[in-house]
Amino acid sequence: MVDGGLNLHHLQFLAVGALWTVCLSLIAFVGGGIAGGAIALCRISPLKPLRWLTIAWIQIIQGTPLLVVLFVCYFGLSIMGLELPGLVAASIAMIIYVSAYLGEIWRGCIEAVPRTQWEAAECLALSRWQRMRLVVLPQALRIATPPTVGFMVQIVKNTSLASIVGFVELVRAGQLINNSTFQPFLVYLIIAAVYFAMCYPLSVWSRRLEQRLHFGQRAAAP
Amino acid sequence: MDYTFDFASVVAAWPQFLEGAWLTIQLSFPATVIGFVMGTLCAIGRRSAVRWLSKLCGAYVEVVRNTPLLVQVFLVFFGLSSLGWKVPAFTAALVALVINVAAYSCEIMRAGMDAIHKGQLEAAECLGLTRRQVYWHVILRPAMEKVYPALTSQFVLLMLATSITSQISVEELTATAARVQSETFRPFEAYILVAVAYLALSLLMRAGLWLFGLAVFTRRRRLGTGVAR
Repeated sequence: MVDGGLNLHHLQFLAVGALWTVCLSLIAFVGGGIAGGAIALCRISPLKPLRWLTIAWIQIIQGTPLLVVLFVCYFGLSIMGLELPGLVAASIAMIIYVSAYLGEIWRGCIEAVPRTQWEAAECLALSRWQRMRLVVLPQALRIATPPTVGFMVQIVKNTSLASIVGFVELVRAGQLINNSTFQPFLVYLIIAAVYFAMCYPLSVWSRRLEQRLHFGQRAAAP
Repeated sequence: MDYTFDFASVVAAWPQFLEGAWLTIQLSFPATVIGFVMGTLCAIGRRSAVRWLSKLCGAYVEVVRNTPLLVQVFLVFFGLSSLGWKVPAFTAALVALVINVAAYSCEIMRAGMDAIHKGQLEAAECLGLTRRQVYWHVILRPAMEKVYPALTSQFVLLMLATSITSQISVEELTATAARVQSETFRPFEAYILVAVAYLALSLLMRAGLWLFGLAVFTRRRRLGTGVAR
C-alpha cells in the first residue's frame, strides 16, 4: 500500500472526509426530521389544501432523483445571487429529500396506531392536539423507530452525492486522493469499506429494533 | 432577485433530452429484469440449507445495501478497467445497477418467501409436488404477488438512481442536462426540465408496473384485491 503512493496523510484526509459525511448526515437527519414531522402531520391534517400540498410535495420529491434535486438547489441558489459553498446546497437538497421520505414513513406509522386508540382518546374528550400528543404520537414513535433507523442508512449513503457539487466529503476526498495516486480501485475499496462500517451497525440496529417491536406485539396478543 | 427565466432555449434542445431519456430507459429496463432474476436466485440461495451458500448470499446483500451506489458505480467502472477489461461506460453502469438492484430484490423476495405459510408447503408436499414445482407454484409466484408493491417502488427507485451513472459519462437524462446547460448557460431551467422528465418517467413506470401486475396476477384480480395500493 505504501509503495503505491497511498500514505498516512491520505488516510488522514479520508478520515476528515468521513467526518464531513457524518456531519452532513446529521444535518440532513435533523433538518429533514423536523420538516418530515411537519409533513407527516400535514399529510393527515383535516384541512384539505394542506393535505394535497404535502401529497404533491411527496410525489414530486419521490419522483425525481436526489441528484437532480441537488443540482436544482445548487444552481437555483446561485441564480438567486447567493454564492454558496457545496455544503449549504447539499444540506438543503438532503433536507428536502429526507423530509419527503421521512414524512411518508412517519405518516404510515401514525396511521398504524390502532383506530380504537383515537376513538378512545376522543371519548375522553381530549382535543385533537392532546389526542396526538398524549395518545397517538407516543405509540407511533415506537412503531417508527426501526424504519427511521433503517432510513438513516439511506441518508448516509446518499450524502455521497454531495461530492458531485464539490463538497469534500468521503467520496470527494477519495477522488482528490485518486488524482495524485492513480489507484482508483484501491481508493474506492477503502471508501466502500468506510461506508460499510458506518451503515452496517445502523442496519443491524434497525433489524434488532424491528424484531423487538414484533416480539412485543406477539407477546401482547391474546 | 432579478432573474428572468428562459425555458425556451432549454426546451429547444428537446431532441437531446429525448435521446437521454431513451438511454435512461435502456439502462433501467435490462437492469430491472436481470437484477430481479438474479435477486430471486440469490433469495433462493439465501434460504438454502447449504450454510456457505446462504452466508455468501447474505454477505452480498449486506455489502451492497450498506454502500452508496455512487461508490459501487466507480468500483465497477475502475475495477473492470484495472482488470484489463476495456468496457464502455454504459456496460459498467449496467453491471453496477444490476449488482445493486439484485441485492434489494433479494431482500424483498426473501421477505415474501418467508411469509409463505408453512401449511402451504406441507399441503404441496402432500400433493406430491416435486421440489421445483413447490418452488415455482407455491413459493415464488405467491411471494412475488405479495411483495409486488415493494418491488414496484424499488424498481422506480432504480430508474431514478440511473441518474448517478452520469458520473461515469453515460449520456443519460442527467448528463444531457449537464451538456445542455453548458451550451445554453441555463442550468436551473435545464435541471427543472429534467426533474419534470424524471417525474413523468416515474409516473409512467408506476402505471406500467401496475398494469403488468394486473395482467400477471390474475388470481388477485379475481379476488378483487388491488395489486399496488
